Amino acid sequence: MSDKKKLLILSAVAVLLIVAFMFTGLGNNWDYALPKRGLKIFAIVLTGAAIAFSTLIFQTITNNRILTPSILGLDSLYMLIQTILIFAFGSTDLTWMNKQLNFVISVVLMVFFAGILYKILFKREGENIYFLLLIGLIFGTFFQSFTSFMQVLIDPNEFQIIQDRMFASFNNVQTDVLILAVIVLVLVTLYFIRFMKYLDVLSLGKEHAVNLGVDYDYTVKRLLIVVAILISVATALVGPITFLGLLVVNVAYEMFRTYKHSYLLAGSILISIVALVGGQLIVERVFTFSTTLSVIINFVGGVYFIYLLLKENKKW
Amino acid sequence: MVEVKGVSKRYGSKAVIDQVSVSIPKGKITSFIGPNGAGKSTLLSMISRLITKDDGDIYIDGEDVHQAKSKELAKKVAILKQTNHLNLRLTIRELVSFGRFPYSQGKLTREDWKHVDEAIRYMELEDMQDKYIDQLSGGQRQRAFIAMVIAQDTEYVLLDEPLNNLDMKHSVQIMKVLRRLTNELGKTVVIVIHDINFASCYSDYIVALKDGKVAKEGTVDEMMDRHVLKDIYEIDMKIETVNNEKICVYFK
Repeated sequence: MSDKKKLLILSAVAVLLIVAFMFTGLGNNWDYALPKRGLKIFAIVLTGAAIAFSTLIFQTITNNRILTPSILGLDSLYMLIQTILIFAFGSTDLTWMNKQLNFVISVVLMVFFAGILYKILFKREGENIYFLLLIGLIFGTFFQSFTSFMQVLIDPNEFQIIQDRMFASFNNVQTDVLILAVIVLVLVTLYFIRFMKYLDVLSLGKEHAVNLGVDYDYTVKRLLIVVAILISVATALVGPITFLGLLVVNVAYEMFRTYKHSYLLAGSILISIVALVGGQLIVERVFTFSTTLSVIINFVGGVYFIYLLLKENKKW
Repeated sequence: MVEVKGVSKRYGSKAVIDQVSVSIPKGKITSFIGPNGAGKSTLLSMISRLITKDDGDIYIDGEDVHQAKSKELAKKVAILKQTNHLNLRLTIRELVSFGRFPYSQGKLTREDWKHVDEAIRYMELEDMQDKYIDQLSGGQRQRAFIAMVIAQDTEYVLLDEPLNNLDMKHSVQIMKVLRRLTNELGKTVVIVIHDINFASCYSDYIVALKDGKVAKEGTVDEMMDRHVLKDIYEIDMKIETVNNEKICVYFK
């Protein structure tokens, strides 16, 4: 099957799932349910695309297929921010209620943190990119420990609210936050377009990329900023969800056995949407909200990785 | 012409390359020889802007390498390092087509594909051009990477130990191709090479490095000398002339 055909089929499946999500079990309250579902679907598509997009770029830059941008410590930072907000203001305070403000604070702090991280890396020339990952990992662990520490101290009722935030959820996305997210994502995507052609070459590794005339440091720096913004927006929108990226990008690599990022990018975004919408459909209609999307995706993803391992194992 | 003027590279306090000045003649094959750790690969990497320099200047045809636009330089200088590990699923033909990136920015024209086909023919890879890189033997893979460099169609071709891990047949084949590149297409080839006899038989000019400095440079006749080589490698050796080529015997 050609890669174009695969993309078409994936798109069809995605559209089908979206239609199923929108129109099954509607009952009589169309006016009420349709806009609400539309909003949710929109948030899902946006997050899925951002996560797949950023993970693919990140893996290409690092030349490593088992890394996700979560290694930069952004998810942990998000949890820390949420915990601090509750710790300082309590769950009933206005800051907590105003999701728009919360979103802006989270995104700004995460991008700011990534900026500092990159500054450290690129201050000294020729620093290995794994140095950045190591620092990110250390900071991530630090944020996590600090988060746990504060969670132990706060009121158990408020801890419940934090726990809610620990899992990605599409069940209460707000319109104004969504509009903000869309604006940021569109701007970032427009900025990214001129770097698109370098992705294939970057996947050959640093030395080949330099040899072929890519301004390596300049390009990688900017792509890393794109990754950080995408992850921050997606995380602030629905919660920590970077685990999804690892899964969908690897499925895309399995499905499209190519190095061409035009196919890989479109493919992983579509797979991501299919996984999220399908997962959400199961959460709402099969389990009637008795489980979360993260659980389902982790379960399916885990099974898939075991399958991959067994399959690769047989080749030897 | 490549001109290296007073270039240094330090890692911490240790100078790997210490105030090296050398000019590499155009249209010839120049070999960098010398013991392990002499700084040959480091010098080659600096000439090709893969790593930065701490001091000095490097000019290619009068243009400062570390100031020039990377994209323009890629049409003039090509570099191939000794380890080329890829975890991509690529065919030989796809790999070679990457060599056209400086010209096409990823959208290859018919003209670009002509260069790709020529490069594949040059390295005699036509039969296996649709094979995947990870299914190739070391020699085939090396030839595929050299084909990519040829497709890049640069005046200057820099190769870091192109004969690494190759058997006699493939080594000779690659050296012959390099000879043809200079003779037929007028390219300037610079290689880092360990086999002194390949350097003797195929190069025009030899630069010997030792401890980060140029120990001696000169034509093959000047360099293939008992005393010169003894100074560089610190072992006794005999130079014999076989079929008009100077061959160095150092095995016992």
